[in-house]
This record gives sequence, structure tokens and C-alpha cells, in this order.
Amino acid sequence: MKKGIRVQESTTNKHIVKASKYRGKRLKDARAFFTFMMPSLLGTLVFVIIPFLDVFKRSFHTVITKQFCGFQNYRTVFTNQAFGLAIKNTFRFTIVCIPLLVVIGLIIAMPVSRLKNAGVIKSLYLFPLAMPTATIVIVWKMLFYKQGFLNLFLSKLGELTGLWGEIHKDYLGSSAAFWVLVASYIWKNTGYTLVLWLAGILGISNELIEAARVDGASELQCFFKIILPNLKGSLYTIVILSFLNSFKIYREAYLTAGAYPEQDIYLLQHLFNNWFVNLDFDKMAAATVCVGGFLFVVIMLLQHLWDSR
Amino acid sequence: MMEKAELIFEKLKSNLIKTLLLLPAVFVCLPIILLITGSVMGSGELKQYLSPLFLDSVEFINWKLIPDYPTFENYGKLLFLTPQFFVLFWNSIKLVACILAGQLIVGVPAAWAFAIYKVKGNRMLFVLYVVLMLLPFQVTMLSSYLVLNSLGLLDTHKAIILPAIFSTFPVFLAYGGFRSIPMQLIEAARIDGAGEFKIFCHIGLPLGKSGILSAMVLGFLEYWNMMEQPMAFIESKALWPLSLYLPEITWAQAGYAFVASMITLIPAVFVFIWGQDYLEQGIIFSGLKE
Repeated sequence: MKKGIRVQESTTNKHIVKASKYRGKRLKDARAFFTFMMPSLLGTLVFVIIPFLDVFKRSFHTVITKQFCGFQNYRTVFTNQAFGLAIKNTFRFTIVCIPLLVVIGLIIAMPVSRLKNAGVIKSLYLFPLAMPTATIVIVWKMLFYKQGFLNLFLSKLGELTGLWGEIHKDYLGSSAAFWVLVASYIWKNTGYTLVLWLAGILGISNELIEAARVDGASELQCFFKIILPNLKGSLYTIVILSFLNSFKIYREAYLTAGAYPEQDIYLLQHLFNNWFVNLDFDKMAAATVCVGGFLFVVIMLLQHLWDSR
Repeated sequence: MMEKAELIFEKLKSNLIKTLLLLPAVFVCLPIILLITGSVMGSGELKQYLSPLFLDSVEFINWKLIPDYPTFENYGKLLFLTPQFFVLFWNSIKLVACILAGQLIVGVPAAWAFAIYKVKGNRMLFVLYVVLMLLPFQVTMLSSYLVLNSLGLLDTHKAIILPAIFSTFPVFLAYGGFRSIPMQLIEAARIDGAGEFKIFCHIGLPLGKSGILSAMVLGFLEYWNMMEQPMAFIESKALWPLSLYLPEITWAQAGYAFVASMITLIPAVFVFIWGQDYLEQGIIFSGLKE
């Protein structure tokens, strides 16, 4: 009888000891977590979060007198023609570029994934990533100016086939500038996408594909029924990162065409920069909140899609 | 006999695929060949070839892959007679070195915290960091300006370095390297009486090396190419990095432009070649989901 009680007591004691030990470990973990995080967290607070709240506050105030003005700034932004144009162009650029990049990357990745040593090919495609924009701009100009290589090539082709004469199109000063930007975006980011697709493809178990082949599936069936569905995760990643990189096209746009380019490539980035230079901080604050909010929602949605897979 | 023919066919097929893949890849690298030839051309030759571009004539641009009179004349001029160029080169080096060092000190421990200590709030903070990583510069431009202005840092190198140090991108990449470390290893070290900081230094850093180095390689390529930040926050041209100066060179000085481009390119190429494995690793880490 007595013995039984004692045994019970000692197990509860053990439980208590274990629980407090666990709590102690959690506390220790939390302390370590925040110690390691501290520098980064402080910096993020000071340089990003707090100033962003300030921008949010400013978006409801006038810039000079600092009076509260409700949604006035937002109204100004949304009725601003340049803002409409920039949104439209940026949206168009994204809608054209991202599917194109994703598909091109996959088309290249499929055969590369079967090569035994694809090292050289991968490096060649990755190389543009390492080329600073400033160094590439002079080459772009040689290619796309009125008397540049592209027109030279096209004219020669016309001469050879007899279908058309000399071509003197100014690609950077006309609506074709949009496609120059698309090309330069694809040029720069194909390697990045290729590597991500390859990682995805090589992650699919070989047995799965072999088994399907043994069952008589054709190459195309293998691709659409097994490989593609297994690449969904990679697709989300690639879309998000391509989107992130699509904003950097501003460098090429600015360097080849300046702060006020042809209106087809007047992007949000140009607009923000020009407002910044002109000290239009009220409009900028409102637009920052809108664009930032929009991106936040899109990222959260994609994350949700990611997680619910 | 049949088997042999099949083998040869297979080999042919794989070679064909390889060439087809190499074709666009070579095109991808063609611009660099233009840059190299341009940089060893004499000024006279360059002017002759490029004049249709800026004179708006009907003639087309002309080019030779091997110049008639190859010369290092422009290299010499730029390297020995243009001290300003060194100042800019040095600016670029200084900015990139300080940013990367800062990211190492600040970002790597944060990545370690995210990877090892699964405490309450970890997940939420991580999502916040991912969102911050994905925000483009234009969205954070005004807020950065406000804080830099109130700290009196505008028009100094610190205006570029400090915000970049707290970028969350390297945290994400280094996290990718740390998360493959088995928890048992860390538990074992704890039982042996190692402190948390000691574990970080002796287990985390060596085993998470690939993540850290990929953050450094991707970071170098990014910041060597940085334009938006210095354009917005630095006015004195003496403080500019190379990436902003290059586009200022006019056609009349095309020789300079080619040589300056080559010299800007060289460090990036070195890092690319040396760190290609880490670059690839980094790209894959950047694509890892939680």
C-alpha cells in the first residue's frame, strides 16, 4: 500500500522536474533566439519598420504644413496620369516577362537535366547574371541604335532574301524599347531560372519516371503527367523570384533611355525616382503605401498557395 | 552490329542536343566578346567603326572581332593618367566590402536563430523577413531617405552601407545552409556542456559555410552592380561607385568606356568563376520554402 503511494509520488515528481526542465529549455531557447536576432532585428526596426510607419503617417498629411488631409494624397495619386501609365506599363512588363522566362527556362532545363556534365552550359547561361548593367549598356546601344548591329543584320537578311530593304528603326526611342527591355530581362535571368528548374527536376525520383516508362508512357506523357505536377513547388519559387528581379530592369531602362524614356517603358520605378528627385514626398508616400500594400497582399497570397500545397 | 549502330545514333543525338543548347548560350556571352575587342582597339579605329551610331548617318556600324591594330593604349590612359578612376574603383570596393562584412556580422547570427531556435514568434518574424526581402528598392526608398536624413547620413557612404547591412536576403540564404544541420548534433554538443555561442562558432559556422558563402557571392554580384541606392542618396560624384560613373562616359570617349567596362567586369568575373558552385547553391537556397 505505502509502497504504491510512494511510487506514484516519485513519478509526479519526475513529471514536475521534467516539465520545469522543459520550460527552462524553452526559456533558454527564447533568450538565445533573441540574442542572436538582436542586431538584425534592431537594424530592421530602425531602418525599415519605423520609417515605414512614418511614411504611412505622412501619406495622410500635407508635405509642407504637415496638416492632416485625409485621403487627399491618395486621390491625387490615383488621378495622376503618370501613375496610371506607370502602373499599366509595369503590369504589362510583368505579365509578358514572367511567363516567357518561366517557359524558356523550362525548355532549356529539360534537356540539360539529362546531360551528364552540364557544367559549361550552365555557366554560360548564368554568366549574364554576373555582368554589371553599367558594362552591358554600351553593348545594348551598339546593338539597338538606329545604325546598330540588329538593323545591320536585318538589312543584310533582307538583301539576301530580297524581301525587304534596309531597316533604320530606332529600337530604343520607339515602342520597340519595351521589347528590348523584355529581351534584356530574359537574357539576364535565364540562368537563374534554369538553375532553379534543374534543382526541381533533379529532385524528382528517378524510379517514378522509370516506372512510368516501363508501363509504356511516352516521353510527352512522362513530362505532362509526372514531371510537371512534381514541379509545382519550383514554379511558385521561380515566379516569386522572377517578380523580385523584374523590378531591377529599371537599371537597363534608365541607362539606355534616361529618366523620361519613351512612354511605353515609363515604369513605376521611373515615376518613383522622378517624384523623389522633385521632392513630391506626399504623392510618394501615398504611392509607397499602395504599392507596398499591394505587394504584401500578393506575397501573402502566394505564400498561402505555397503552404496549402 | 545493330547495337553498335544504335550506340552511334545515341551519341549523335546527345551531341546534337549539346550543340543546340550551346548555341543560344554562346549568344548569351557574345556581348563580352564585343567588350573585349572594343577595349583593345585604338581610338582612331573605334571612332571609324562607331561613328555611324552617333553621327546619325545612313551607314551601319562596322566591327572587327580582331582589331587591325590591337593596342593597350586605352588601358594605359585609364590606369595611369586618370586618377579619378581609381577613386571610383576604390569607392565600389569599399562599399561592397563594408556591406558584405556587415551582413556577415548581422545577418548570419539571425539566420542561425531562425534555423535552430524554434520558439514562439520565430515563424512570424521569418515571414516578415521574407516579405521585406521581396520588397523592391522603390518601395523602401522614401522610408530610407527619411531615416538617413534624420541621422544626417545623406551624401555619405554610410547612407548606402547601413541600410544594405540590414537587408534580409542574406539572412534567408544563410538560413538555407543552416537548416540542414541535424538537431542531434547540437543536442549532443549541449550535453557536452558547450554554450550556445560556442555551438554557433564551432558547429554552425563550419557546417553552414555553403549558405554563408552563397550569400556573399550573390551579395557581391548584387552590390557591385548597385545603382538605385547611390543614385538616390549620394550627390557628390567623388563618392560614386563605378556602376554609376560608366554610363556618364560619352561616345566621344568610347575607348575609355570599353576599358572602364572591362575593368568593372573583371572583379565580377573573378567572383563568378571562383564562386560558381556557391552561386548555384545560393540560387537554390533562395528558392527553398520554409
